[in-house]
Amino acid sequence: MSIGVIVFPGSNCDRDVVWATQGCLGLPTRRIWHEETDLSGLEAVVLPGGFSYGDYLRCGAIARFAPALRSLVDFAEKGGRVLGICNGFQVLTELGLLPGALTRNRDLHFICEDANLTVVSDRSAWLQDYSATGQLTLPIAHGEGRYQCSEETFRQLQDDDAIALRYGKNPNGSVGDIAGITNPRGNVLGLMPHPERACDPATGGVDGRAMLQALMN
Amino acid sequence: MTVPRFQARVLVRLRPSVLDPAGEAARGAAARLGVDGVSKLRIGKAVELELEATDADEARRRIELLSDRLFANPVIEDWSLELLDS
Repeated sequence: MSIGVIVFPGSNCDRDVVWATQGCLGLPTRRIWHEETDLSGLEAVVLPGGFSYGDYLRCGAIARFAPALRSLVDFAEKGGRVLGICNGFQVLTELGLLPGALTRNRDLHFICEDANLTVVSDRSAWLQDYSATGQLTLPIAHGEGRYQCSEETFRQLQDDDAIALRYGKNPNGSVGDIAGITNPRGNVLGLMPHPERACDPATGGVDGRAMLQALMN
Repeated sequence: MTVPRFQARVLVRLRPSVLDPAGEAARGAAARLGVDGVSKLRIGKAVELELEATDADEARRRIELLSDRLFANPVIEDWSLELLDS
């Protein structure tokens, strides 16, 4: 079994993910071109950061129609683990695997900095190695990370214990300081911060390791 | 027999409840240009398209599907459609 990283035209964090999972953690990983539809033999799938299809129309709006993502919906329904990072999170909301949408940052800036995060729920496999209310630091790098949803959806997220991570200091205006959410079942996680950039001690911080280790646990 | 061709314009807007920081920035620039009194400024998108369809109802049905599923994200956006014969 291995981890699949889906590569769209315009993805730019796919190699970072492979370095983190395979290079740092020793987990077998292969990249999957977005036109492929065969996800067999995969334990988990990562949608990496970047600017899929140039983020034309809206972030993730065109990537959503990629052939690989039709297979991904089945994969997730069968309980396969799916991790969407940054642009990958945007794609997951466009695809409907996660609720809500990601919009322009409140202050319009592209924000590239370390973010202090609080674990809201350690219910899902992704965060069970971080204790609830635990703190971690991951880099963020996005211009459109302001999580938006209806009040009804927000209540549903709370009822489902699906808010995974909150920002300590909200950088982008996200509703409820949300940095990452899961689906009700917990097998799909989307987050704006980059765990793959916090795995190699040489580049600062290893707080993302346990989250990526959960791809194969 | 030629298939009728239709022209349409779909206007996509952020929902009123969604903050539009780009609109707010442009509103600030309007004041710096010396144009006072702009109390609201929100930026959307216009999609202009042409398509062939057997009749106007069919054209409208297809464009509505495009608008709902592709041009706009109903979580944050509304859209409206103007359909023109050509």
